[in-house]
Amino acid sequence: MNRTANAASNDAPLAPPTKGQKRRGSWLKRWDAPIAGYLFILPWIVGFFGLTLYPMLLSLYYSFTNYTLMEDIKWVGFKNYDRIFMHDDKFIQSIKVTFLFVLGSVPLKLIAALLVAIVLNRAVRGISFYRTSIYFPSLIGGSIAVSLLWRNIFGVDGFFNKMLASIGIDAPGWITNPHTALWSLIMLSVWQFGSSMVIFLAGLKQIPSDLYEASSVDGANKVTQFWKVTLPMLSPTIYFNLIMGVINAFQMFTSAYVITNGGPMNSTYVYALYLYERAFGRYQLGYASALAWIMLVMIVIVAALIAWSSKYWVFYESDTGRGKRK
Amino acid sequence: MITTRWKQATRHVLMIIFSLIMIYPVIWWIGASFKSNVELSSPNLFPKEWQWSNFTDGWKSIPGHSFTDFYINTFGLEIAVLITTLASCSLVAFGFGRLDFPFKKIWFSLLMLTMMLPGQVLIIPQYAMFHQFGWINTYWPFIVPHALAAGSGGTFFVFLLIQFVRGLPKELDEAAKIDGCSWWGIYWRIVLPLTKPALVTVMIFCFLWNWDDFLGHLLYINSVDKYTVGLALRMINDSQSGLQWGQLLAMSLVSIIPATLVFTFLQKYFVEGIATTGIKG
Repeated sequence: MNRTANAASNDAPLAPPTKGQKRRGSWLKRWDAPIAGYLFILPWIVGFFGLTLYPMLLSLYYSFTNYTLMEDIKWVGFKNYDRIFMHDDKFIQSIKVTFLFVLGSVPLKLIAALLVAIVLNRAVRGISFYRTSIYFPSLIGGSIAVSLLWRNIFGVDGFFNKMLASIGIDAPGWITNPHTALWSLIMLSVWQFGSSMVIFLAGLKQIPSDLYEASSVDGANKVTQFWKVTLPMLSPTIYFNLIMGVINAFQMFTSAYVITNGGPMNSTYVYALYLYERAFGRYQLGYASALAWIMLVMIVIVAALIAWSSKYWVFYESDTGRGKRK
Repeated sequence: MITTRWKQATRHVLMIIFSLIMIYPVIWWIGASFKSNVELSSPNLFPKEWQWSNFTDGWKSIPGHSFTDFYINTFGLEIAVLITTLASCSLVAFGFGRLDFPFKKIWFSLLMLTMMLPGQVLIIPQYAMFHQFGWINTYWPFIVPHALAAGSGGTFFVFLLIQFVRGLPKELDEAAKIDGCSWWGIYWRIVLPLTKPALVTVMIFCFLWNWDDFLGHLLYINSVDKYTVGLALRMINDSQSGLQWGQLLAMSLVSIIPATLVFTFLQKYFVEGIATTGIKG
């Protein structure tokens, strides 16, 4: 309410001086912006209730039912959750695989992105060429086309093994061996570090150069500068990339579906694939909704842990002027 | 002097080698798409005999259809989705960025929350809803969410545009208001034209994400005459008997050309878009 009054009084000096408009405008002026505001954001409000909030509640409800698309819905209480946690080997397997994927791909991707961004930040000439060729895999990497390429490259007779053979290494089929299949998917993900790198590059540009000058006057070498200046100043960017990277990695689907389809021996059976199979392979939508909610809670917990840990390692310059850790 | 120059040179050499490693799979891909099935397992980068037939035969490798149909489908879907996204996201962003209304802060926090929401929680209930509406095997499950700023990346786009609209000088709309311009007029005649760079960024990412939205297409489209390019590729891949890898790689290669072109010609907007909002490419 207060806000409306403020808005109106702010507008007052702008109000046209004519008499007729003044009479008509008195209530209109007070409500003009609020009404217009709601009209403008109406599409999003409808979308929020109709396509986000309602579906979320709906899926929470489904998770306590035996919903399939065809039969009548029956409330089953916690039976789905009970079965998932107590009697579902595939659930355990898919959790394991997903965590392995997240732990393998996200740190590698961030480290690669960070290191290359630092090198690239110094190489002034040719930066756009390097940036383009490093970013290009991220541009196309999410497509099914690249997953198909990967399937060929890492096949038994694939290009990668031929390369290894030509230098005398006899390698197994990467995607047909349960010990290496997940790694070929992790490599596909790490190959796409370019978009994180572009974000790091933007972050590096923000670091004031006098910090480096001051520290080199104090006798710091390049390595010390990296640990004491670059990393702390870049930590908000790292934090952001980490959270987004983890959320995305948890939901990885296309490459596991196309390249390995969960195999061999379920070694690449990621959670999203299991969810998909339950929901749209067997049409157990109730059971799959429970899986989806478990995934949401899992992602929220992991993100919250990262957010909680951030106060120990993320450094905001604005909090402290310039200096101590928060 | 000499040492710094040497350092520069080694850095460049390292970067060049590294860049080449990064795009090496793509170079191999280009060569492989011209290879016969026999030659595919050779480690050569380029074939001895260039098989143009991979492209011509691959184009028609799904009986009864050609890739022309699939590209028409995909581009049709893309155009519909782009128009609805631009309209809905710019309206909403103008509302948030320029107008004051009660509970705006709460709405804005909800917007930020949905941006972080993992999309997979919504897949099943949305599928159930669209199933009830009879929208399976139509393009409505893609168009309607985009028209409500709730399609893939919708909230990201709204956020990006809000940031941009907030940066425009407010004096402009105040002047327009004195001249008797309505809110719609301010949106349509003043803010929208000035938002063009950000709208281009939105268009790029909207285009790319929908092009790559494999799971969505897989769920909602099931008859071949409505297939998008991605689904057609999967269909060739699934025909296990005598899979023509050369043709498949050739068709896959063609399918990344639109993204590559967009990237080449609009690179400036790309880098800005990623750097300012941290959205993924």
